[in-house]
Order: sequence, then C-alpha cells, then structure tokens
Amino acid sequence: MTQHSIDTSPHVSDEVRKTTCYMCACRCGINVHLRDGKIRYIEGNRDHPVNQGVLCAKGSAGIMQHYAPSRLSTPMKRVGPRGAGEFEPISWEEALQTATDWLQPIRETDPAKLAFFTGRDQSQGLTGWWAQMFGTHNFAAHGGFCSVNMAAAGIYTMGGAFWEFGSPDWERTKLFMIFGVAEDHDSNPIKMGLSRLKEREAKIIAVNPVRTGYNAIADEWVPVTPGTDGLFVLALIHELMAAGKIDIDYLIRYTNAPWLVIKNPGGADDGLFARDKDGKALVWNRKTGKPTAYDKAGITPHMSGEITLPSGQTAVPAFQLMMDKYLDSKYAPEAVAQTTGISAEQIKQIAAQLAHVAFEEEITIDTPWTDWKGEKHDKMIGRPVSFHAMRGISAHSNGFQTCRAIHLLQILLGSVECPGGFRFKPTYPKPSTAHPKPGRGQGPGKTLSGPPLGYIQGPEDLLVDADGTPQRIDKAYSWDAPFSAHGMMHMVISNAYAGDPYPVDVLFMYMANMSWNSSMNSRGVMEMLEAKNDDGNYVIPKIIYSDAYDSEMVAYADLILPDTTYLERHDCISLLDRPICEPDTVADSIRWPVMEPDRDVRGFQSVLLDIGARLGLPGMVADDGSPKFADYADYIVNHERKPGIGPLAGFRGEDGTQSGRGAPNPEQLNKYIENGSFWSEELPEDARFFKHANQAYQDWAVKLGFYDAPQPVTFQLWLEPLAKFQLAAAGHGEHQPPDHLRSRIADHFDPLPDWYAPFEGEALEDGAYPLHAITQRPAAMYHSWGSQNAWLRQIHTTNPLYVPGPVCDEVGLVDDDWAYLRSHHGEIKVQIRRMEAVNSRTVWTWNAIGKRKGAWGLSKNAPETEKGFLLNHLIHELLPGSGEGLRWSNSDPITGQAAWYDLKVSIRKAEEGAGTSEPNFDAQKSTVTPGDSQLRYGQEW
Amino acid sequence: MHPASSVIFFTTASGAGFGIMSWLCVAILMGHYTLTPHTIVMGVIGLVLAGAGLLSSTLHLGNPQRAWRAVSQWRTSWLSREGILAVLTCLNFAGILALYLTSGVVLPWMAGSCLVLSLLTIIATAMIYAQIKPVPRWHTKLTVLCYLGFSTSTGMAVIASVSPTRYHVYLAFGGLVLAWVFKLLWWQRASRTSLSHDGSTTATATGLTGFSSVKLFEKPHMTQNYLMTEMVFEIGRKHAARLRQIALLAGGLLPFICLGLAIMTGQTAGFVMLSCVMHLIGVGVERWLFFAEAEHVVALYYGKS
Amino acid sequence: MTMLPPEPTKKLGLVIDLDICVGCHACAVNCKEWNTGGYGNALSDQDAYGSEPSGAWLNRIHSFEAVPMDAQGTPQPSDARIVHFPKSCLHCDDAPCVTVCPTGASYKRAEDGIVLVNEDHCIGCGLCAWSCAYGAREMDRASGVMKKCTLCVDRIYNENLPVEDREPACVKSCPANARHFGDLADPSSDVSVMVASRGGFDLMPEQGNKPVNKYLPPRTKTSRCASQTRDDEVPDLVSLAQNNQSTGILGWLDRTLDAIS
Ligand SMILES: Nc1nc2c(c(=O)[nH]1)N[C@H]1C(S)=C(S)[C@@H](COP(=O)(O)OP(=O)(O)OC[C@H]3O[C@@H](n4cnc5c(=O)[nH]c(N)nc54)[C@H](O)[C@@H]3O)O[C@H]1N2
Ligand SMILES: Nc1nc2c(c(=O)[nH]1)N[C@H]1C(S)=C(S)[C@@H](COP(=O)(O)OP(=O)(O)OC[C@H]3O[C@@H](n4cnc5c(=O)[nH]c(N)nc54)[C@H](O)[C@@H]3O)O[C@H]1N2
Ligand code: SF4
Ligand code: SF4
Ligand code: SF4
Ligand code: SF4
Ligand code: SF4
Ligand SMILES: [Mo]
Repeated sequence: MTQHSIDTSPHVSDEVRKTTCYMCACRCGINVHLRDGKIRYIEGNRDHPVNQGVLCAKGSAGIMQHYAPSRLSTPMKRVGPRGAGEFEPISWEEALQTATDWLQPIRETDPAKLAFFTGRDQSQGLTGWWAQMFGTHNFAAHGGFCSVNMAAAGIYTMGGAFWEFGSPDWERTKLFMIFGVAEDHDSNPIKMGLSRLKEREAKIIAVNPVRTGYNAIADEWVPVTPGTDGLFVLALIHELMAAGKIDIDYLIRYTNAPWLVIKNPGGADDGLFARDKDGKALVWNRKTGKPTAYDKAGITPHMSGEITLPSGQTAVPAFQLMMDKYLDSKYAPEAVAQTTGISAEQIKQIAAQLAHVAFEEEITIDTPWTDWKGEKHDKMIGRPVSFHAMRGISAHSNGFQTCRAIHLLQILLGSVECPGGFRFKPTYPKPSTAHPKPGRGQGPGKTLSGPPLGYIQGPEDLLVDADGTPQRIDKAYSWDAPFSAHGMMHMVISNAYAGDPYPVDVLFMYMANMSWNSSMNSRGVMEMLEAKNDDGNYVIPKIIYSDAYDSEMVAYADLILPDTTYLERHDCISLLDRPICEPDTVADSIRWPVMEPDRDVRGFQSVLLDIGARLGLPGMVADDGSPKFADYADYIVNHERKPGIGPLAGFRGEDGTQSGRGAPNPEQLNKYIENGSFWSEELPEDARFFKHANQAYQDWAVKLGFYDAPQPVTFQLWLEPLAKFQLAAAGHGEHQPPDHLRSRIADHFDPLPDWYAPFEGEALEDGAYPLHAITQRPAAMYHSWGSQNAWLRQIHTTNPLYVPGPVCDEVGLVDDDWAYLRSHHGEIKVQIRRMEAVNSRTVWTWNAIGKRKGAWGLSKNAPETEKGFLLNHLIHELLPGSGEGLRWSNSDPITGQAAWYDLKVSIRKAEEGAGTSEPNFDAQKSTVTPGDSQLRYGQEW
Repeated sequence: MHPASSVIFFTTASGAGFGIMSWLCVAILMGHYTLTPHTIVMGVIGLVLAGAGLLSSTLHLGNPQRAWRAVSQWRTSWLSREGILAVLTCLNFAGILALYLTSGVVLPWMAGSCLVLSLLTIIATAMIYAQIKPVPRWHTKLTVLCYLGFSTSTGMAVIASVSPTRYHVYLAFGGLVLAWVFKLLWWQRASRTSLSHDGSTTATATGLTGFSSVKLFEKPHMTQNYLMTEMVFEIGRKHAARLRQIALLAGGLLPFICLGLAIMTGQTAGFVMLSCVMHLIGVGVERWLFFAEAEHVVALYYGKS
Repeated sequence: MTMLPPEPTKKLGLVIDLDICVGCHACAVNCKEWNTGGYGNALSDQDAYGSEPSGAWLNRIHSFEAVPMDAQGTPQPSDARIVHFPKSCLHCDDAPCVTVCPTGASYKRAEDGIVLVNEDHCIGCGLCAWSCAYGAREMDRASGVMKKCTLCVDRIYNENLPVEDREPACVKSCPANARHFGDLADPSSDVSVMVASRGGFDLMPEQGNKPVNKYLPPRTKTSRCASQTRDDEVPDLVSLAQNNQSTGILGWLDRTLDAIS
C-alpha cells in the first residue's frame, strides 16, 4: 500500500497586512493573514522590535476577539434604568449631537463638571490634549489604579520607571531579581528575556508570594509576605552597606548622595539641599574642604561628616543620612525575618550574591564615551545585576517607597544604565523636573494651563484651593495624594457620588470597565451609578461611555459610543505617550484598519475629534470653524505638538526622510504600513549606556526631539520634594495641609526610601483578618476582555481561590470545597484549590475572570458567572475607620496608587453542596445577539 | 472510559450472537447434523444479534458512512480484524443455514470453519480492548477469556430459552459459572490493577521524578474536553460497588438460581427465559462497568494518580 | 496504511524545555489558530459562549505542583514548585495509535516520521485516541474525525511561506523559546545536541511507544540557593565593622574616596 499523499504547500493567505496587536498593552507587531476577506491567521512580526516574531496566547486568539458576538454594533441610548442594560439604537448623528449638547454648557460655565477618564487608553497624547483644550483637569487614564507608584517612584528617583520605560539588559545580566510580577505590560519581551537568561545560565531570583509563571522558572524563590518587600530590600541595603559593597564612584558621579542636606531640626529648611546662589545643589569638596556646585567636573566630594556652610547652616552629605538610616539594626536581616516571612539566612545569601555579581563579575564594553560634565571614559563598566518590579510592589499603600527602595538598591550597586544592569528605553530617562506640572483650570470656556497630568515639585504645585480643598474630582495632586502623577481613577465615581469635593455633570469614560473589575467595591460602585437624588435624577447625571464590547460598564451608561476592534481602526503608539522602544532602539508604531468594520461603529479617537470640533475646541477647528481633522488618521499625520513634533516620530518631513523632528508628511501612514506599521531607529553605539549622563545620548535625544536641550539626570536618592512636604506638615511654608493629614505626611514622606506597614492591615483589629489576599494576571487573559473569546475562555472559565496547604489544614478545606472569604468590607463565596507553592499566609486568584450575568455575550449560566468571582467585592476604596466626614482613600499616601494588594481576609468553610459563587447579581440585559453555539472557524479552507 | 451505550449494546449483543453461532456449530460438529426449526430460529436470532450489534457499533462513529473502510487494516488492527471476521462468520453461518434450507445439507467443514471464525471474532472484539496498554485493567488475557465466557454463556442462555432442553439448561448453567469465574478473576485482577500497573505515574507521565509528590495544579482547560469525557470518566467507588453487586446478582446469581430451579422443578421454560433476560441485563451492566471502571493513563495528566 | 514504516531515517519532532516554559498557553492557542483554518477540518468549539465550552485542541498546557524532599525523604511543601507542562503528539516511533486504526487513516510518514490522520478516511471510531497514553488525539465533534498535532506539516515544507517561517506554529510563537523543532534522528542536530546535553527524556517510557518528542527537565531549584555553582563560592558578606574594628564603614569610605580621587 502506498502512503497517503498530502499537499505540504497549501495556499496560506491572499494577503498579509502588518499592524500592531492590542489584545493587551504590550503592543507587539503582527502579521494578519487574510483569505477570502476573512482573517486566516495572525502571527508575530519577526522584524518588530517588541516581539521579534513571537506571539502570546491572547494575540493568537485575536481572530476570536475580532469576530466576538459581544461586539457592539451601533450607538445606543439608555431607555431602562441604569444597570439594566436596556438600550435603543440611535444614529451617530444623534449620538454625537447628544454628547455635544451635554458638554457645551459645561464648557461654557464650569469645565470641571466634566470628568473625562479613560481606562486602557493608548492614545493619551490625544485624550489628554482634548481634556486640556476642553479645560477640565478632571482627566486621567487608568494609571492611578494601575501602577503609578512604579512610574512615579522611577521618574522622581531616576527619571524613568520599570513600567514600560526600561528593561533589564537581557543580553548581559548575570543575576536578575524580579519583584511582584505575573505578566506585566512587557509580556512577550519579559518571556523572551527570561529565555535569554536561561540560555546563558544567568541566575533568576523571584520575589513573590506565589510561585507560578515567571516565578515558577526562577532559580531561587523568595516567598515574601505581601506588602513587606520594602523591608526586605532595606535589609539587603543594610547588609551591603555594612559590608562596604556599594559603588561609591557611581554614587558620586550619578546621584545626589554627595549633595549637602541642611540639618536644622524644627527649622523651615531642614532636609532641603544646600544650594548656591544659582540654586545649584552643593557638595563638599574633599580637596578644598569647601562647598562646591554639584556639577563641577573632576571633584571628589565628602560622603560623610557634617559641614558648617558659609551661610551658617549645618549640612551633611545625603549619603551620611543614608548610613545613619540604613545601618540601624532595625534593618538587620534577623530583625526583618519575621515580618517579611524571609529567613535571615536567605536575605544574607542574596545580599552576598548581589555583591559578588556586581563587583566580582564586572563586565566591560570597550566603547569610549563622554559624560555630561565632559569627562571622557574609555570603556563602559557594567555591574551585571538587574531588577524588574511591577504591581506586586506598586499596588500597596507603601508601594512608592518600596519601589524607591528597589531603585536605591540598584543604584547602590551601580547597576542602573550600565551594561548588564537595568536600562532605560528612550525617551527615558527624563528628570521629573523636565516633565510639565499638572495643568490648572483657567475658567469657563478656557483651556487648561497645560496638560492635565504632570509632576509636581512641592506643595506650591498642588491643585488645591487656598483652604486645601482638592480641585480635581479624584483629589489627585491634593494633600491626600500629592504626587499622583496618573490621577486616581478609582476615586472618581465614589467622589462624584459623594459630591466630595463637588458633584460632576457628565462622566465620560472610555475603555474602562468601572462597574466591575477595574473598581474596588464593585457592588458599591454599581449602587453609586444607580443612585438617584430626591428629585429622581441620577446623582451622577450623565454618563457617556465608549466600549467596543458588551461589558458590565455598558449597562451603566446613558450614551454608548461603540468603538471598533483593534483591527478596524487607526491608532498611534506615540513617543509622546507610552512608547514601544527598547533600550537600544527608539520606536513607535500604528494600527490601521486591516479589516473594514461590518457594523455601525467608529474609532473612538475620530469620534472624540468630531465632538471636539462640534464643541469648537481650540486646535480641533480650523479658522472657519470647520473641523480641522477629518479623522484620527489625519490628526496623527498633521497634528503638531510643537513645530516639527507630532504624534509619530518616523518618516517625517515632506519627503519622509526625517526622524523625530520634521514637517508633517502626508505619506507618513503609508510609510509606516510599508514598514510593518512601525518605525525604529538604533541608538548610536556610544549613546547606549549611561543615558542619564551620556553626552552622546543627550545630543541624540535633542536631535530626535525628546526635549529641546539636554536633560541629564542626577539620581535623586534623597528626594527633596518629599522633604518639602514634611516641612509643610510641620507647619512651615504658606501651603499647609489640612490637620487631619499632617501626621500622615510627616510619617510617610521620608525623603529616603522607607518602609511602613500597609494601611489596611494596620487599621484592622489584630488577627481578625489573618490572611493576605491578592490577584494575579493570567497569561492567557486580558482583564475582562478574554472571557468573550471562545478560545481563551476555555482556558480560564472560572477562577478558584488558591489556598496555602497549612491554611487548608487549619480550616479543614480540600480541593473544590466552597468557602467564605471575609474582609472588613464584606464577604464573598468562592471555590478553593489547595496549593503549596505560595506564601503560607496568602490566598490568591486569577484576576477579572468573574463576570456579571448577561454581559459579554455569554449565556446566563456561564461558569464565569456561576463559579467565577472577583476579589474586588472585598476591597473598599476607603480605608477601614473612614467616616465622620473623613474619607481616607485606600491608596498610597504619596501617589494615590490604589492599594489593591493590601487586602486582608479571613476564611471559613461553606456548607457542603452549595455551588455558586457570591455575590451573584441579577442579569443585565444583553445588547448583542448571542453567538453560534458551535464554531467551526476556518472550515471553508 | 466513557461507557457509550452503543458500544455496550454492540459488545453484549454481538457477543451473544456469536455465542449462539458458536454453539450451533459445535452442535453440528458433535453430530447433530440436522437443523430443526428450533435451531433455525436460534441461528436467525444469532445472526440478528450479531448484525444489530455490528450496526450499533457504527452509531458511535463520527463518520459511519465510511464504516466500510474499517475492514482494510487486518494486518495490524484488531478492530479491522473484528470487522472482517464478524462479516465472514455471519456469511459462513448464513451459508450453513441457506444450504440447509435450500438443500437440506449440512457440511461439517463449514460448521468447523464457522466455529473457528466465530471464536476468533469474539477474541478480536476482546482484543480491541485487551490490546490497549494505556488502560491497565483491560490490558490482560483475562479480558479475552471474559469476552469468550460471556459470549458463550449469553449465547447458550438464548439457545436454552428457545429450546429449554435439560441438556441446554445444563450447558447454560455451566457457561454461566465459567463466565463468572473469568469475570470474578478479572475483577479481582482489576482491583489490584491501578493506573500505575505498568509503572506509569504522574512522575513518569511528566518526567518529574525525584520529588516526594507531583500533583496536577491546573488543568489546561477549565471545562471538560474530549479526552476527559472519553477517557477520564469518573465513577464513584460506592456507585461502582453497587453496580457490581447488581451485575453479579442479575447477571450471575439470579440466573444461577433460576437455572437451578429450572433443573430442580422441571418448570424449565419460564425460569430459563427469566434467567436469560436477567443474564443479558447483568452482562449489560457488567459491560457498562467494564468501561466505566477502566482508568486510562491519560488521567494522570488530569489529576488522577 | 497502519503498518508502521521501517524506522525513518529522519525523525522530525519537538523538544520542549520544562525549565523555561512559563505556562503562557501561547503555543496552544497559536496552534489552534493555525490549524483551525489549515490541515483538514476546522478545530471546532462547542457551546462556545455557553456553560460548557469545549473544543478540539492539538496542544494543551498542564501545570503540576511538585513537592521536593530532603535527603531523608521528608517532603518539603514550603519549597513546592510549579512546573508548566505543554503536551502535544510525540510522533512515537512505535505509535500504537497508528497500528490500531482500522481504516488506515492514521499513518506514520516514512520520510520524516510524522504521524498524521487522513481525515477523509477516518471514521471517528476513537480507538487511536484510546491507544495513546498521552492524550494527544482529540476528536473534532463537528466533523467526527480525529485531530492531532500534524507537526505543522503544512508549514514546515510550505513553499508559500518564507523559509524562516517553515517551522511549527507553536515553535515560532513561543515567547520563551521553550519549544524547539528539528530532526531527532540526526545526532548532530541542534535538538539532538540539546537532548544529549540537558538530559532530555521520554514521557512514560514504560509504555513502550518510543516517543520522538523529548522533554528537557527543569533544573534543580530550591528556595535557598540555586543551581549555579557560583553560589557555593559566594562567601557570606562580612560586616566592615567586624572586618576592621578600628575604622568601620567610615574608614572604608575614606579609603574608597582616596582611591577614587
Ligand atoms: N496577560 C495579561 N497581561 C497583562 C494584563 C492582563 O490582564 N493579562 N494586564 C496588564 C496590566 S493593566 C498591568 S497593570 C500589568 C500588571 O502586571 P503584573 O505586575 O504582572 O501584575 P499582577 O498580575 O497584578 O501581578 C502582580 C504579582 O505580584 C505578586 N504580588 C502581590 N503582592 C505582592 C507583594 O507584596 N510583593 C511581591 N513581591 N509580590 C506581590 C502577585 O503574586 C503577582 O504575581 O499587566 C499587564 N499585562
Ligand atoms: N482585584 C483586582 N482588580 C484590579 C486589578 C487587580 O490586580 N486586582 N488590576 C487593576 C488594574 S492594574 C487595571 S489596569 C484595571 C483594568 O481594568 P480595565 O481597564 O477596566 O480593563 P478591562 O477589563 O480590560 O476593561 C476595559 C474595557 O475596555 C473595553 N475595550 C476593549 N477593547 C476596546 C476597544 O478597542 N475600544 C474600546 N472603546 N473599548 C475596548 C473592554 O470591553 C472593557 O470593557 O483593573 C484593575 N482591577
Ligand atoms: S503580548 Fe500578546 S496580546 Fe499583548 S500585544 Fe503582544 S501579542 Fe498582543
Ligand atoms: S503521542 Fe499518541 S498520538 Fe502521538 S504518535 Fe504517540 S501514541 Fe500516537
Ligand atoms: S478515529 Fe480515525 S484515525 Fe482514529 S482509529 Fe478511528 S479511523 Fe483511525
Ligand atoms: S507542531 Fe503544529 S500542530 Fe503540532 S502542536 Fe505545534 S503548532 Fe500544533
Ligand atoms: S508558548 Fe512556550 S512558554 Fe508558553 S506555554 Fe507554550 S511552551 Fe510554554
Ligand atoms: Mo494595569
């Protein structure tokens, strides 16, 4: 018999269109294969700087996302009560006019009555500018509940953050520590990087209460107790300092460790830097014994001791303060072991490994370079230790300080921006002082003074009234959370409902599932959205929402602006926003409609520009009052932030040959498409490391238009803006915090990285809630989106609560039992699974799997609603003990970052046999047509 | 393994059918060269049972219209062999009947070949299961003996009900005892035969050797998939024990008593008929358990150990 | 043709590295995506948006929790670890799934050892799936035919694809590079070298199927020190104060600064 013969070269596709994935925010390059007008296959683009050809599970399930039955198909207005999901289709004209009619009067009277909050927004360049032009400072994207601690700590300390703005030197690192990461936004690059480390047999240490995913493949696991990483890191610092295993030369060159800090306890200048008459910070020259401006080349400053300045002030190098603080025995490994759940022995071992790799396994690259002071170096010295950290660190009320502590440790080892260390991705680093300050409202009909989000430097920059009342609806940039660089989206609905600081008129949201998985206290939020005043009107009068799918939030909107899928619209991933660069490459990218929408939907950005033009917002209308931009594509190409600088940096100039700066190029989008929908440029050889201090890098950055003059960064180990707040708390200065916040600021705004116990646990009665409860992102799901995806939902149809073995034994739980999980705020019922590879006092689950009945085009008895659950019902947006006019937000006191992972719980077994998770809500009415039960996608081929 | 009703019916019915044919051939070979109306009825019942069984076996196929292809791989496939043998046996047996009905001739060599074919068919059916190494409880010669045993016992039970002669009743009695001896041996072996009988454990399945324990942490998909519904069929221990009792009671003990009563009272017809019906039901239950209790090593990947 | 061919001189297969697999399911979903519009019938899904969603997949990712023991054999649950475990057809040399097939639909290719199903001949009897110890075959419920990993036979030789893309979809997409494709009959191939140097192993060797695909074991990990020999050489940090009673850290600082300037 002969073997069956097959065609090994079947036709694959008629055409390949290259664009950018958006099944998550990693933004990989994809090749979309089309056949007979349908998507045949989506694969990674090998040439793309982000993913180099690989693709994750979500990206690979793009077909099912694109064709999901849950897609919205037409603009709608609400006809039933809020939350019920009863809608009536309307025309785009009616929808746009309704929005305009709601917004126009606000703009003319009080623009702040519009709260415009965007969730997983990749077009903040546009949306922020739109808010600025509208004149409302009530704008932010999701960063405030996501990872602002990470972003702000990074930018204030060293001009850039882990969070998308940097990465380990995967090719050279020999010891890598990863803190609190499950997936992260750099989803594919981290996996690719870990694989490179494995190939080189570099060591990976995972600091995480849970040992799954990346942590599962690490060589060493540190099963830290949630919220205590800061203490662990300070213990490492204690060990390294005590042993003299720190890079003093690096500290002198690149940090403010030698800067003189005024020592004047009780005085109005205590903790500020001693400065010369030009305002330049001073160091204490060892040779002359005199104070000298910090930027003078060729000097070696004192790092310890106390000096009396000509002004009569007493000052000490910041490093002296660091020694005073960190050599204290309270940071000794033995002293922190109990709290952190990490043995003193392991802490010491890790400190020894760090020191060994940093100083005994130094690497060099023989590329000469010149620093910003003009000093020449014949090679680049690398300390091949690198760190990465994300939400396990940032989603705590002590996250800002913890993240600062991690940066401090990196910097003490001399491993930031050196070969083998942590590296910035252009356009970072950029000092906090080079960022704008948050824009201020200028009254009716006026734009904001600047972009709504920015970086403050002291109490004078806060957005508060004279009496300290917050000006923003989310209370960002107020004494509650002064450094809230990303706003505090998690407080918007709660504050608007409470009218604290004031009520709003229109809540306008985009791409944020705020009535469900992206809010704390989801049930409470649903009630706030449904709440009516005595007059029968909703407390939050009007809600406009743009979503692409029938999410839980859709049911709560009054006006729905249906968006396209990511394959049907133009998008711009801009250097002005969160860029896709890699350490050696500057890059940006676009999406373009590789598929034509088959529904009456429009790209949100085009819709926003349309509304802007109808409102006559500056920059959005031409002189004759007509819309300035036909649509978002037109804006991407022709909008200029400054002359020559626009959303896209590639193919600029009339002929498309310029990068960074250049006149708009009408052919720009086509050039991008030809190039695989991205543009990238390699950094010059001598500009690749020490970017914060590297003249070649700085010059190149200016050339590309990241800034107009070089912006070298001196790493701020002693963070003076924090000292200013402590001074204000002590009563100094004209800007004074409300009394109820004084001690909180005094205690937590330590200018040196510090650790304090997370707030929620501290506010609770001892032992009542003995367990920590956290979530993790599953690799194959993106928040709530994945459940509508026929392939992905099979992988995570429900989410068990993983309970440590010892707790199971204590409580008498076995696999598949149901249990009640209780927090200070409420109780939920969940199904459990036993697990050993987890910190023994921590329970956890996958994030955002639980769904409300009726949402996402799923059947009402879908397991996501019957067995899936959200931890969010247990997390309150306010801290325990709030009340009597005080609403303490469950956030970091410095940045306002939502403290999701501070949650403390207790667990008990549920009665036998009961099988649905609680709470379980009434169904919302589906606004979409149910999908076919059986799918045979691709059968025709 | 998932107990598909079509397969349970198939193995039980065609088993009985080939059992009948086997016995009739034995009878011919033993010199009962004439076929009586009784034996012709028996023979037709045998053919019908075998045919119905074979037909029903196509019910669980994804593409029954191509079932004819299943006879092509006799060199390696027991399923193919079974198909071919079954058809040949039926043809052979039908030939015997036809020849007799048309010309009154019975050729012993035809009965001889038919007997061999029929037994081989039963063996082939059994081998479909007995060959499956990943199902340790099936993977034994006892499986073949059980199939042979129940084929002959159910075959004789039918014969005896049609023609409740003392001789048939004795044979039915003997067949019943023998079949259950095999089955009890099989059950006894099964109770000793765990998933790891051939050394397969979660550790060898994953290569994670050298640990004190290896446990499934997460299934690849949260809901059921083909492998789980087909091969990781779960049946409660209590439930299984109860069903075994029923199988033994209905399929063994009660028929045994009935046949005993038949022998003792001489009220043969009723008791033998009753015994036959119960025996068939019992074997059906036994067959259900044969599948339901058979653990497949793939279960090691789905949390069993 | 269910006779197994003589031992192929080329044995294409996968090598899967359990030391680096992070369990992200990328390979599984990408496999489904490539294959649902590719070789043979679509990989259908049932009750796709309902209460019992399921579907046919050719590659699935399991995760296991392994509890190590100390030298005395005492379990160390506090040092338990998760191992992610992808599984698809292993293209066995002695593939029982082939020999049991009554129709000849299942076969092993003589030229490269790939085990395939001719879906036009398959009757969907399921016997091959029963005979596979690994659960590598799944019935497609819509078409009633048996589906299994084809080793992307419609990619690896596909002249319509760029040369660099002629590798299995799962291998190309795996972000952690935990999957490798090559000729395991050639001892000098990358995959064979990898297997030899990393102690690659067979799944369930006792089943006697002689799988072609190999797995690489996770490296030894403990919660304390790790595999690298380097750790053994790393001495504990000794405090400066202990080292030099007289000057302590300030003395060290001075000396360091002297050395710099
Ligand atoms: N696949 C997928 N990728 C995503 C997303 C998604 O939904 N799915 N979401 C994207 C978004 S918006 C974000 S913000 C990022 C977030 O990406 P990650 O930072 O990876 O966020 P989480 O999943 O919240 O993971 C937090 C990790 O921290 C651990 N952890 C919790 N508390 C502590 C602690 O106190 N200390 C330490 N050391 N660890 C702790 C948890 O166990 C978990 O492993 O992921 C992005 N990428
Ligand atoms: N318990 C717990 N809760 C958490 C977290 C946690 O770790 N634990 N993490 C928090 C974090 S970091 C984040 S970032 C949030 C994430 O929470 P969200 O930002 O709310 O994220 P999604 O659930 O992805 O919801 C985004 C919405 O965008 C819609 N959408 C998707 N694609 C498009 C599109 O193309 N256009 C438009 N207009 N809409 C679209 C989706 O349908 C969905 O309704 O969750 C937070 N909530
Ligand atoms: S990580 Fe995955 S989902 Fe996110 S952009 Fe990349 S391929 Fe798409
Ligand atoms: S893994 Fe299973 S399906 Fe694949 S060749 Fe081996 S026995 Fe056959
Ligand atoms: S299911 Fe198809 S491939 Fe498998 S044994 Fe039956 S006929 Fe052969
Ligand atoms: S080789 Fe192809 S068919 Fe096989 S598992 Fe990988 S992607 Fe799927
Ligand atoms: S894609 Fe790679 S890392 Fe992810 S599950 Fe598959 S083999 Fe493992
Ligand atoms: Mo986030």
